[in-house]
Amino acid sequence: MDSRSGAPTRRQLLSAIAKVGGTAALYQAMTTLGHAAETQFHGPPNLQGARSGAKVIVLGAGLAGMLAAFELRKAGYEVQVLEFQNRAGGRNWSLRGGDTYTELGGATQKVGFAQGNYLNPGPWRIPHHHRTLLHYCKQFGVALEPFIQFNHSGWVHSSQAFGGKPVRFNAAAADFEGNIAELLAKSVNAKALDDTVTQEDRDRLLEALKGWGMLDKDYKYSASLRASSHRGFERPGGGGVDGAPIPSKDLYSLHDVLDPQVWTSMAFFMGSEMQTTMFQPVGGMDMIGKAFAKQVDGLITYNAKVSKIAQDDKGVVVSWTDTVTGKAADAKADYCVCTIPLGILGQMDLAVTDEMMAAIKAVPYSGQVKIGLEMKRRFWEEDDFIYGGHSFTDQEIGLISYPNNNMFGNGPAVLLGAFARDLGAFRLAGMTPEQRIEVALQQGSVLHPGSYRKEFASGASVAWSRVPWTLGCCARWNEETRKEHYQTLVAMDRRIVLAGEHASYVGCWMEGALLSSIDAITRLHKRALEA
Amino acid sequence: MKKFVVLTALLLASPAVAQDSAGGVVRVPKPVTGEQVYGAVCQACHMADAKGATGAGTIPPLASNPKLAGAAYPIMVVAGGKGAMPGFSGTLSNAQMAEVVTYVRTHFGNAYAKPVTEADVAKIAKPPPAASH
Repeated sequence: MDSRSGAPTRRQLLSAIAKVGGTAALYQAMTTLGHAAETQFHGPPNLQGARSGAKVIVLGAGLAGMLAAFELRKAGYEVQVLEFQNRAGGRNWSLRGGDTYTELGGATQKVGFAQGNYLNPGPWRIPHHHRTLLHYCKQFGVALEPFIQFNHSGWVHSSQAFGGKPVRFNAAAADFEGNIAELLAKSVNAKALDDTVTQEDRDRLLEALKGWGMLDKDYKYSASLRASSHRGFERPGGGGVDGAPIPSKDLYSLHDVLDPQVWTSMAFFMGSEMQTTMFQPVGGMDMIGKAFAKQVDGLITYNAKVSKIAQDDKGVVVSWTDTVTGKAADAKADYCVCTIPLGILGQMDLAVTDEMMAAIKAVPYSGQVKIGLEMKRRFWEEDDFIYGGHSFTDQEIGLISYPNNNMFGNGPAVLLGAFARDLGAFRLAGMTPEQRIEVALQQGSVLHPGSYRKEFASGASVAWSRVPWTLGCCARWNEETRKEHYQTLVAMDRRIVLAGEHASYVGCWMEGALLSSIDAITRLHKRALEA
Repeated sequence: MKKFVVLTALLLASPAVAQDSAGGVVRVPKPVTGEQVYGAVCQACHMADAKGATGAGTIPPLASNPKLAGAAYPIMVVAGGKGAMPGFSGTLSNAQMAEVVTYVRTHFGNAYAKPVTEADVAKIAKPPPAASH
């Protein structure tokens, strides 16, 4: 940006608006000036001028904690981070060949994946509008690559439709839309909508239904080259003698395409968090955690199990134990940014108000299960022409998701063999790691019958309800708890402020953790300067 | 593998919920007996031996737990949740909750013989709150 030129740049203008009117004015101005209002991120917090000698203790070296440490140190604070694990990153995590993971209950898995292959047990995809995360990825030098979110060629499997056989997403979606378009056109032509739609709009609606639903001139959805252009051909167009395409003949019935597995698989991609473009770090999700850790090098004390957080007029005292040596210690600071997951925090001895304690204890956690399966070859690419993206199933595994990197490679590759939730996740989590792999193979074989077991090499699973350092995957708020507890939870409790995905409305996403952290440390800094 | 009744529970993934999830619907076999419910749900955290576990935090043991002496407390926790543990009202039926509370109170070193009934659960369990993100 050239700051010497006469007219203010957009950035200068926005910066001036922010200074005069605060972030609310900036937000409004950005919306007016054409920025999509998809995030509350307006740039890094740019905190400055901490009082000399002021110290902040940060609990947890996940993304929220490390961002707090990075920005607060930059602002001039002395910062110490305590982390329960022997690694940084928190739920930003990848499992690779040679790693071992011991879950609660004691089951230990030694990951047998080939070099370069990995499972991301936690976050695995980044929406394009999660700008805080994208900003810091760029600033900290994390290389990102596309995450293939939407693949029209993935399978959709319902145990209660299509004879229990998997069908291609594009065929199921095309037939759903075609059938709905035909029915609606029939209603229009039967004058069923004459009372509610003007003649002009009825004509326009019919045109839209014909175009969108691939209907023929009689407003019928039928086997045709037109329908096949959406759902797939029996024989696609080619060259030479047999070049003419042959349309697919057996359209799926209305009854089959009304199975909820079809429309929920379609609707899945409508949510703003699930819209393309999405990204993943090159080499595994933990590249982000590692890049953050590099920025706060030397500030983190690992293997530190916190048991008590006390505070008074003078400061904060955190009692912790070194889980390797067993040695107990107290860490003192002026302020505390606490990112410990609520289920664990609620079991500690905390000097906070009763209202804050009630808020901490009011939010349950979800318990997703992910299973990575290493296959000897990329049969989904070689046999089924599926390159990245997902296949959906109504079995407990929930989906199969295909690797987005090294396409067309010859070596072994790891696919996501389960992303189970709710009751499916409880059932898988209750099993031994070996049993989980067996179920994943059995259920995955329904979608890839010929190759799934044959090509299987090794697997690894993470059941989040048994992860020792979180006791769950993500905070699960509901309207009632939001109303009763959210503002208390995010408010500063004298010298302590909470941060993490649980202290945001972008729960379960790294973006929420970062936005929460920026908000928490901005308020902490203001409070510290006012004190 | 335990035998489940063929009935299925249908779970819809609401696109309005921001949480990262698999998408689509999940149909899982419906556990009926207390032992089945324990294996399909509770065991995910409390472990097959009901002894719980400890990491950064603790999943409390249900085995030999005097807090189970009265039925009201376990019903309240199963239905409404506690800390990181979600409540199961709406996910499990009152009958399933009654079965599993009875099962836990009569197994794993607990011997509180009086069965918990669906009516006992109905008295304590609130309907589930609307989901949000």
